[in-house]
Order: sequence, then C-alpha cells, then structure tokens
Amino acid sequence: MSAALLPGASPNDKDFLLAVEGLTVSFDGFKAVNDVSFYVDPDEIRVIIGPNGAGKTTVLDLICGRTKATSGSIKYRGQELTRLSESAIVQAGVGRKFQTPSIYDDLTVFENLEISFPRGRTVLGALTFKRDAEVRDRIHAIAEMIFLKDHLDARAEFLSHGQKQWLEIGMLLIQDPELLMLDEPVAGMSVAERKKTAELLHQIIKGRSVLVIEHDMKFVEDIAHRVTVLHQGRVLSEGSMERVKNDPKVVEVYLGH
Amino acid sequence: MFGDYSLGDLGAIFAMQGFAGLILFSVYVLMALGLAIIFGQMGVINMAHGEFMILGAYVTYLCSGFFQSNLPALFPGYFFVAMVLAFLAAGALGMLVEWALIRHLYKRPLDTLLATWGLSLILQQAYRSIFGAREVGVELPSWLIGSVQVTDAIEIPINGMFVMAVTVLITVAVALLLFASRWGRQVRAVMQNRVMAGAVGIDTDRVDRATFGIGCGIAGIAGAAFTMIGSTGPTSGQLYIVDTFLIVVFGGAASLLGTIASAFSISQTQSTLEFFLSGSTAKVLTLLGVVAILMLRPQGLFTLKVRR
Amino acid sequence: MKLPTLNDNPFMKPMEWVSLLLLAGLILVLLPLALDSFRLNLVGKYLTYAFVALGLVICWGYCGILSLGQGVFFGLGGYCMAMYLKLEASSVENTRIQSTPGIPDFMDWNQVTALPWFWKPFHSLPLTLIAVVAVPTLFAFVIGAAMFKRRVGGTYFAIITQAIAAILTILIVGQQGYTGGINGITDLRTLNGWDIRTDAAKTILYFVNGGLLIACILVAQAVKRSKLGRILVAMRDKEDRVRFSGYAVASFKIFAFCLAAAFAAVGGAMFTLQVGFMSPSFVGIVPSIEMVIYTAVGGRLSLFGAVYGTLLVNWAKTSFSESFPELWLFGLGALFIAVVLAFPNGLAGIWRQHVEPRLSRKPKSPALPAVLPHGAPAE
Repeated sequence: MSAALLPGASPNDKDFLLAVEGLTVSFDGFKAVNDVSFYVDPDEIRVIIGPNGAGKTTVLDLICGRTKATSGSIKYRGQELTRLSESAIVQAGVGRKFQTPSIYDDLTVFENLEISFPRGRTVLGALTFKRDAEVRDRIHAIAEMIFLKDHLDARAEFLSHGQKQWLEIGMLLIQDPELLMLDEPVAGMSVAERKKTAELLHQIIKGRSVLVIEHDMKFVEDIAHRVTVLHQGRVLSEGSMERVKNDPKVVEVYLGH
Repeated sequence: MFGDYSLGDLGAIFAMQGFAGLILFSVYVLMALGLAIIFGQMGVINMAHGEFMILGAYVTYLCSGFFQSNLPALFPGYFFVAMVLAFLAAGALGMLVEWALIRHLYKRPLDTLLATWGLSLILQQAYRSIFGAREVGVELPSWLIGSVQVTDAIEIPINGMFVMAVTVLITVAVALLLFASRWGRQVRAVMQNRVMAGAVGIDTDRVDRATFGIGCGIAGIAGAAFTMIGSTGPTSGQLYIVDTFLIVVFGGAASLLGTIASAFSISQTQSTLEFFLSGSTAKVLTLLGVVAILMLRPQGLFTLKVRR
Repeated sequence: MKLPTLNDNPFMKPMEWVSLLLLAGLILVLLPLALDSFRLNLVGKYLTYAFVALGLVICWGYCGILSLGQGVFFGLGGYCMAMYLKLEASSVENTRIQSTPGIPDFMDWNQVTALPWFWKPFHSLPLTLIAVVAVPTLFAFVIGAAMFKRRVGGTYFAIITQAIAAILTILIVGQQGYTGGINGITDLRTLNGWDIRTDAAKTILYFVNGGLLIACILVAQAVKRSKLGRILVAMRDKEDRVRFSGYAVASFKIFAFCLAAAFAAVGGAMFTLQVGFMSPSFVGIVPSIEMVIYTAVGGRLSLFGAVYGTLLVNWAKTSFSESFPELWLFGLGALFIAVVLAFPNGLAGIWRQHVEPRLSRKPKSPALPAVLPHGAPAE
C-alpha cells in the first residue's frame, strides 16, 4: 500500500478506493488544479490542507462531478468518475458535504433525512416510495446520532448553524457512502458545537474512507491518517502529519510570507 | 425556390432584402441594446420593454404634431428634439418603475417578469385611452422622404438610412458609456460583486436605478426611430418583445457585441427568407432556428453572465 | 421511545378533505343548481383553465419552473380534440357542396384537396383520446429534456417557452389550409354521433369536466404528498444538494413539466368540447401568461387555490369586460403587480394567515412549506 508514496511506482487502481492521477482543471487558462495525483486507501482518513486558493474545494468538486476535469483521471474502485454524472457518482458511493450548510430549509428534519435515504432515487421510485419501518428506524437512529432526535418535526430553517451542519452530516450518513468528503465540517461553529462535531465525526468515519478539508490543525492532527498539502493547485507534500509538519516546503508556504 | 429568377435578379433581391433586413436590424438593435443592459447587467426581465419603446414613439408623434402646428419653420429638425425627449420620458418612467416595483424584486427574477408584464398591460391600456386604439403615424420632414437610386434594380430609402445612422450612433454611445465612463465602471462593478461594490462606496441602489433608467431611455429612442419606418399602436411594442428577448439571449446576455451579431443574423435571415416564403413561414423558421440553437447552446453565441 | 412522525403522512389532512369537499360541492352541486345553462357553460369554460393552473402549481409553485407556454399544451390538447370533431362534422354527406367532399371546409377553401397525413389518425376516437394527452406531453418531454439536461432554468426557460408559444401561434395562423388559420377549427357538432351543441349535452360535459378536474386534483395531491413532491420542493431550494443526494435532477423537472402539460392538455380538450371550437387565440403568449396569473392569484402552492383563482379572475374578467372594458386591462395589470408585490401566496396565503387560525384553535405545525419563504422559487 505504501507503494503510492514511492515515486515512479505504477499503482494498481484496484488496491485503492480512490486513485486521482494527473488531475488538471483550468478556468480560462488559469489552472486551479494542476497535475494533482493522490491515492486513498479503504478506511483511510485523508485530510487536505493548504492556504486559501490552493484548490482544495475544487479537488472535491472534481471528484463529485460538480466541475469537469480538463484532463487527468479519477478512479473510484477502478471506475472512472470523470465521465459520470453527479447523481451516478453519488449512487456509486461517494458522499459530499458542502462548506456552507446545504439543507432544505422548507422541509422538516425528518424529510431532509428521508430525501437522502438511498432508495427511490428515480422518478418512479420517488412516486412509489413508502415511508416504511426500515426508513423510519434508520432516520430515528441517525437523528439520535446527530443530536436532532427532538427536532425531527421542526422545519430545517429554524435550526441553529451548528444543528444545520449536523443535519447535513446526517444526510450524508443515511446515504451510507463508502467515500465521504467533508469540506470544513467544523467551520463557523461554537466551541461546544465543535467538540460535539469532532465526536460525531469520530463515530461516523469508522468503516469508510474520508476525505476532509480542514483548517483547524488540532482537529486535523486528531483524525488524519495522512495529510495532503495543496499549494497553488499542486501537491506540495504528502504523508503523516508529523512528516508534513516538518517538511521545509510546507513551512515555507505557511510561514514564509 | 430560386428557379424563377435570373442571377442578376437574385443579386438585386438579396441586396434589397438585405437592406430591408438592415432596417429591421436597426430597430432590433435599438430595442435589444436597452434590454441587454437591463437583462444582461442586472438580470432583470423587463416584459414592459416594448411599451417603453412605444412611449418613445408616441412622444415623437406628439412632437411632430407640435412642431407642425406651432413651429413649422423648425419642423425639418423636430426629430432630433423628439429623440431627446423620448429618451428622457422613457428613462424617467423607467426610473420611477425601478423605484416603485423592480427594486423590491431583485431576488425573484420570475416574479419581476410577471410584475413587468402587468405593467405592460397597464401601459398598453393607458396608450389606448390617451391616443386611441388606432395606429398613428408621424409626418416625415421632406428631407427624409424619397430614396437613393443605386442601380436600376436597387434603390435605398432615405429614412431607412437615417434610422441606421441613428442606430450606429446610439450603439457607439452605449459602448462608450458602458466601457469608458465612470457610470459604466460602477455598473460593471455592482454586477460582478454587489456587496464589495457597496463596501467600496458605490451607491448600488443609485446605480441600479440609473441602469434601468438608461436601458428604458434607449428603448424610448428605439421607439422614436421606429416611427420613421412604421406606424405606432398601443400594442406595437408587444409584437417585438419576444424577438428582442430571443436576440438578447441568443447573443449571450451580457455581451454587447453578441447582441449586435445576433440581431444582425436574425434580422437578415428573416428578411431574406421573407422574400421567398410567406412572412409567417419565414418568421417561424427563423424563430425555430434560434430556439433550436439555444437548446443546443444555452449560453448563446457569446458568453453569458447571470446575476447570482 | 416516542415516534412523533409515525403517521404524519396521510393522503390528505382533515382540513384538506374539507377543502376538497367544499370545492366538489361548489362545482358539482351548488353551481349547477344556481346557474342557468348559459352561465354554467361559461363556468365550465373557466374550469378548463383551472387544469392549466393546477399543473402550474406543481411545475411553478413546487418545482420553481415558470413556463410561459402552457397555452401551447392547452392548445395542442384542444386541437387534437377539435380535429376529431371536425372530421366527424365533415362527412361526405355534410360536405357534398365542396369541391373535395369529405375534408374539413377550411381545407377546401384553401385549395387543399386531400386530407393531410397528420389528420388521418383523428378519424378514430380512441386514437384521438390518446393523442389529446400524449402529443402535448411528448412535446413537453422534448422541450424539457433539451432544456433541463443542459441546466437551463429560471428566466431563460420562461423566455424560451414564451418563444415556443409565439412560434406555434404564428405557425397555426400561417398554415391556414391545415389548421383553420386565425379562426381556428369551428363548427364542431358531434362526438361519436352525440350532438354536443344541445343544452343537455353541455350540462353533461360540464359534469364530466368537473369530475376530471377533481380527479386531476387528486393526482396532483398524490404527487405532492409523495417523496417526489418533497424532492421538487428540495430542488427549488437547493438543487445541488438534491443532485449530490443521488438524484438526476433533470428527470424530476421533466416529470413536473410533463405533468403540467398533460393537465393543460386535458383542459384544452374539455374546452373544445364545451365551447365548440378551438383557435390560436388560446395558444399564444397572452393567454399563456394569463394562465400563470390564475395560479398566482390562487396561491402558487395551493391546488385548491388554483381553481378558486381561475374562477375569480375569469369571473372578474367577464363582468368587467361586459361593463367597463377599458378598465379590465388596468385591473389585470394591477393584479399581476399586486399578487407579486403584496400577496405572493395569493388567496391561499390570505386564507392561511387570516381565516384558518380562527377556524382551528390548534397552533399550526411549522412543518408544512405552506407559506412561501421570501425569495424561494428563484432559479
């Protein structure tokens, strides 16, 4: 598995859950992501860090199909994602949380979770979808996990900022993705909320691969198996938190100016 | 369909139809310019744009009557006065409408569409009550009547040439205004980043109002030019609104050059087809072509920016 | 453990059953008893527009797609029906005096000597009934697929649908020999041998129309309370989130647009049957956008509101046009502005805010997306 880190080794896609190779996207000639390659193992927690404008969010956008790559490939369990539609990528098992809480204000917490339940995703399926015991039990279990058990009937609009973040995490959880992508999950939270969220994340990352963008270094140190540092659209450094922290190139970027 | 015409005939036909197309093109461009500023820069759909144009036409009509009976000596030049008055009247009404209606709806573009449609109905009925349901025409000063004989088969009407000259002038003025003036910079700043523009001290409300007013004012000038080539009725504006919107969208909303290119291609296609087919078939084919292209390429000929 | 959301999704809430009964009572009992057959036929005509308004509740209110071309689907449904009726009225015996007997009179006047191919299926009643719904729905599917797959929405979609309404009108008016031109298809007499011009027939058609409308309300209600209905609301709110929950957003929009088209088509066919003709004046830009105002007045999120809104606006139009024709356009224009600026939830919103709280003491659950949040159905 460590083969990924050896330069020149040709990685076998099958071994990785996610293999990103030579990923490049340019907007009007500006390369927001430039020849980025990295590999995520099953059950690995990978954190992407980097200064503002390094292309972190764009990388997640590329993986989940929101932005189309100019060149390069993204293989998820050997399947090329760059050609799939967003919904097909989700159905393949990739979940994504956005930076700002993205939930449905007009629906209740229960309905928010229900829409994310991975069944009845076609037009016909949605028309004939039944709110059966399985659905209800699962929603209640998730609601308990995300501290919203008592708010199931509340309109999502009326939740606090932290609760909205949890709800979105819950919506991802109920999808049960194999690869979970989180964009700054603790940003904008109060200290108490942040602590609870860290707890929650620790619970949900078990048994799946996670790709996280985060600025909170304590939080990163806490969860990361490996860290990828992006700078100006390129991979600057990669490895354990310890190794990355002592990489002179990283120090230069973070402290040099 | 070319069978019955000799090559020389065809050449003359294309030239004449091409020129007829150019007049249509002028009206389209003048209409579309105002719309492109309002829709392209502000993201607002103004369904009453045609009625602002007709306001300009009625102002011109009133002017022509006034000069004829009170200042016959100045009659040959009345059109220039009328154009300025048309701009001011339509612009003032536009600013009033922006203040009373549009500014409450910036976040709801679809609702703006409905509200301005309501406004267009009210304006139409107002015109009908004031000027009557019959179409009115203006008296042209003598120097605008007649045509220039280019060859045996080709002659070009002077009023048509005049309208085109006005169009070129207005287009250049708008381009200068948008790209070289302080107001133009402010408009573009506000449209790109409203919050930031506000933070650096631009009065975004005032810019919005001025933009809407200028867009409507240009529609007024379009109306003034329109009287040179056709008569004006309460619902004349509505006939042009769909075409004009298609032109703006087809050209790629925010692009001035795109608007002109698309007005040109649409008007030329339509007037050339009109000679060989019936008017309605030509129109259907032209519009169908535009809609089909838009379905394949929704962003229009040139890039498109939408207020987010 | 308390499961608060165990039985929260009944087909309709008690209040909605009451509303349905009230509406059915009004349409099927009260109005037929109170009105003479001329006025009842007029109400029947209004109610055909309510089908369009109902479709717009799903498409515009719930899904946030504003179509300014619903007249196209109303018209296509109506024309399909009219073509059948016209062929039946143009039997060889009836048209003996024509130079080509057996084809519709307007074709004969326009020197058309043989029935065009696309008229031929309309000899058959079953094929006609299928075509009434299928043709407009398929057309909506083609438009929707082309537009929504390319993520065209909002104002662009509105403009394109409006252009399509304009094109179809010009086409119908221009192709006089095939369509009857500006006059439309007139002088319709019998449906499979049954004379539709008698008062008795008109009364029966009124009840058929009312019954179909109630049926469509129930279909719309079924869609609205299914998960699909909630997905539509979710899409209006956060389209990207729905996409990243694994839904192909375009398909759901196409569905909503097609459903609205199918409703409009049924309304159009019933219009032809009750009024006895179909013409391009129900297809174009002006009627299409007027149909939107019915929905807006009723409340863009309310199925029942759509019906009341349609009745109210049309009743106002008829009474104003009779006594003060010049005031009507002022009134209609003001209505467009008022409903957008002051009452974005229409009659249903007023009812919910001012009447309903007095009827039931229970505090309203905040769960329903009953009231439009500011700026909701944008793009």
